Amino acid sequence: MEKKFFVSSSPHVFDKESTSKIMFTVNLSLVPAGIGAVYFFGLRALWIILIGIATAVITEALMNKMMKKPQTISDGSAILTGLLLAYNVSAQVPLWMPAVGSFFAIAVGKMVFGGLGFNPMNPALLGRAFLLASWPTHMTIFDKAIPKGGTVSGIDMMTQATPLNVLKQSRQVLLNASDYPVDKFTQAHDAMSQLSDSIGNLFFGRIGGCLGETSAILLLIGAAILMYKRYIGWKIPFSYIGTVALLSWIFGGTDGLFTGNALFHVMSGGLILGAFFMATDMVTSPVTFWGRIYFGIGCGVITVLIRLVGGYPEGVSYSILLMNLMTPLLDRWTRPKVFGGAKA
Amino acid sequence: MGLFNSNSFSGGIHPPEKKNTSKKQIEKCPIPKEVVIPVQQHIGAPSKPIVEKGDTVLVGQPISEAGGFVSVPSHASISGTVKAVEERPHPLGTPVLSVVIESDGEDNWDPSITPQENYLELDKKEMITRIQSAGIAGMGGATFPTHVKLSPPPDKPINTLILNGVECEPYLTSDHRVMLEEPEKVLKGIQILTKILGCSRTVIGIESNKPDAVKLIKKMSTEMGLDYEVISLHVKYPQGAEKQLIKAVTGKFVPAGGLPMDVGCVVQNVGTAAAVYDAVAQKKPLVERVVTVTGNGIKEAKNILVRIGTSYSDVFEQCGGIKENAGKLILGGPMMGLAQSSMEAPVIKGTSGLLVLDEKESKRRQVTACISCARCVDVCPMGLMPKTIAGFVKNDRFDDAKKYNVMDCIECGSCAYVCPAHINLVHLIKYGKSQVLKEIKKAG
Repeated sequence: MEKKFFVSSSPHVFDKESTSKIMFTVNLSLVPAGIGAVYFFGLRALWIILIGIATAVITEALMNKMMKKPQTISDGSAILTGLLLAYNVSAQVPLWMPAVGSFFAIAVGKMVFGGLGFNPMNPALLGRAFLLASWPTHMTIFDKAIPKGGTVSGIDMMTQATPLNVLKQSRQVLLNASDYPVDKFTQAHDAMSQLSDSIGNLFFGRIGGCLGETSAILLLIGAAILMYKRYIGWKIPFSYIGTVALLSWIFGGTDGLFTGNALFHVMSGGLILGAFFMATDMVTSPVTFWGRIYFGIGCGVITVLIRLVGGYPEGVSYSILLMNLMTPLLDRWTRPKVFGGAKA
Repeated sequence: MGLFNSNSFSGGIHPPEKKNTSKKQIEKCPIPKEVVIPVQQHIGAPSKPIVEKGDTVLVGQPISEAGGFVSVPSHASISGTVKAVEERPHPLGTPVLSVVIESDGEDNWDPSITPQENYLELDKKEMITRIQSAGIAGMGGATFPTHVKLSPPPDKPINTLILNGVECEPYLTSDHRVMLEEPEKVLKGIQILTKILGCSRTVIGIESNKPDAVKLIKKMSTEMGLDYEVISLHVKYPQGAEKQLIKAVTGKFVPAGGLPMDVGCVVQNVGTAAAVYDAVAQKKPLVERVVTVTGNGIKEAKNILVRIGTSYSDVFEQCGGIKENAGKLILGGPMMGLAQSSMEAPVIKGTSGLLVLDEKESKRRQVTACISCARCVDVCPMGLMPKTIAGFVKNDRFDDAKKYNVMDCIECGSCAYVCPAHINLVHLIKYGKSQVLKEIKKAG
C-alpha cells in the first residue's frame, strides 16, 4: 500500500514550551521564598502553603468534574494560585483561611469564567481581596507572626506592626504635627529614621508580613530565573517598580517633595512579589508592548495612592486587580503598528 | 517595536537550523522513466498544453504556453513520448492538468538551446521575453512569475535589486549550495537582472550562518568586476521574507498591502538569478532545480539536481529511500512548507526541499486554552496580534479579524512556533484570510 503521511497546516516544527512547563517553572521559582517563609515563621507557614495548594487543586478538580470539562489540574496553574494565595496571608491566620481563600480564588476567580485563560482577574489576588473584605482583622494584624531573628516591624520600636504600618502611622503624625503631643511626634520621627536604616531587614526578610512578601532577595532569585527563561518580561515589573520608586520619592516624604525613601517603598510590603509574580500573570495582563508598560505604570500609581493617602497601609493587590480590569482596554488602545502601516 | 534593531526587523524567532546538508555537493538525479509536469507551477493563470498524447518531445521543448501575462509556460524536462495529458495529483492538494512524459531512455535536448553571443547587448524587452518563455517563476518557493516582477509600471521606478540568498527556513540548503557551486552563473544572472531593471543599487543578502557563501560571492563579484554589495544578515527567521529582507537591507517599510516596488525594490531569489542566466544567455528553460532532501525520516540527506516533474519516490530512491518511521512529508521548509499526504505528486519549480520528519516529530500536540502569554505578539514580524486574530476567526468574526489586519499576515509560522498552548494559529489565520477574501469578493 502507498505510504500515507500526517498532514497539518504549517509550521511543522515548534519550540519546546508548553503551558504546564511555564506554570511549573513559575511554581519552582517561588520555592526559595517559600523556604524563606518556613525559616522565618516556622512550620506553620508550611501548613498554610500546603493547605492553600491542596484546596486549590481539589477545588479545580471538583469543578471540572461538575462542569463536565476535561481535567486541567496537571497544568500546574491551580498549584500556582494556591501557592500565591498562601503567600498572601500571614503566618498567624487560622488554618481554615488559606482553604477558604483558595476555594474562592479557584471557584469564583477562575473556574466560573471557564478556567485557565479566561479569568479577567488574578485568581489568587481575588481570593486575597475576598479574605481581606470578609475577615479584615485576620488579614491586617501581624503581631504574633514574629520572624526568626527580627521583629514584625523590622525595627526596635512599634514592634508589632509591619514596616508599612509603622510608616503609615508615623507619617500621619509627622504630617499633622499640631494634632499630636510632642512625645508622639518624637517617637514618630525616630520610627521613621529607624525604618530608613532597616532596608537590610526588608531585603533579607527579617520582618513580619505575609508569607511570601518578606524577603526581597529570595523573591528576586525566583524572578531572575523567570526572566532568564523569558517567562516574564521586564516591561511590567520595571515600569511598576519604577513608578512606585519615582512617586514615593516625590510624594512619600514628610519634609516636602522629593524627600521620600524610594528604596524602602520598593522593598516593603508585597511590591516585589506583586510586580514580578502577580502583575506579570500572563492571562490577566496586556499582550502589547505599550499595554504592558502602561499596565505597570497604572499599578504603580494606584499602589502609591493607596499607601500614601488611602485607608490601607498596602495597595499592591488592589492596584493589580484594578489594572487587570483595564487589560482588554489597554490591549485595544495599544495595538502594535502593522509592518509598513499607519498606527492602527 | 523596532526601537533597538535598526538593520534587521522586529520580531522573529531562532529555530534550530538543522542544515545538515550544507556541506553536501549537489548530486545529479538520474533521468526518471516518467515525469508528470503540471500546467500550473506558478502563481497566476495556468498555462495551456500544446502537446497531445503520442507527441514526441525533446528536453526543453515547450509543452504548454503561458495563459496570460501573469503566467509562464512549462517545458518537457526529459525527452520521450507524451503518454497522457490529464489531471494528476499536485503538491498543492487538488489535482491539476498535467503532461505525462515517458522517457525514451536518452536525453536529447532541444537544439535551439545554445550559448547566445553578446546576450548582454540584448534589448530589455527581449530579455524579459526570454525569461518568460523559459518558464521562470520565483524559485524560493512562492513561484511568482519572474518576468512580471521585472516589468514594473512606469510610475514605480526601481532603484534597488535585492538578491535573496538568506534561506532562513531550517533544513534547506539548496540556495546555499547553488551559491557555492555556481557563483558565476548566479552573478551573471544578477548582471542581467540589473540590466533589465536599470537599478543603481544591487545587494546580495545572505544570512551570516553561511560565511563561505558570503566570502565566495564577494570574491567572485570583485573578480568579475561587478562589485555588488554583499550583506551578511542576522540569523533570524523570517529574515528571507520579502518585506523583512527589504527592511533589513534598505531600512524601508513596504506599505501594508503594498508591493516591494512601492519602495523602489525588487527581490529575486539567488536560484532564480541562476535560472535567468540560463534563460537569457542560453535560451535554456527551467527544466531542473536543486532540491534539498532531508530530515530524520530520510536515509541519506542530500542536495540533488532534479528534473521538474520527477516523482517524490524517484527522488527518495536517490537518497536511500524513506525510513520506516517517516511521519510527515513536507514540501519546502518546516516553517512554511506544505505537508503532503502521499508521495504521488511531482517536484515542481518551487520545490526547494523535501523534508521527511519522523513519526515522533510529526505527532499532533494537545491544544490547550490561550493564556495570553503574548509570545505570538512579540515574535510577529508583521506587527500583528495573532492570538487576538485567531480568537476572532474561531468565533466567525471575520470583520474584526480584518480590522486587526489579518490580510497582512505572511504566514511565516513564528507565532505557532512559540505558542505554549500549541494553538494552530497559522491554520486559523489562513482560514480567516480565505473567509475575508470571500467576503470581499461577494461585496464585489
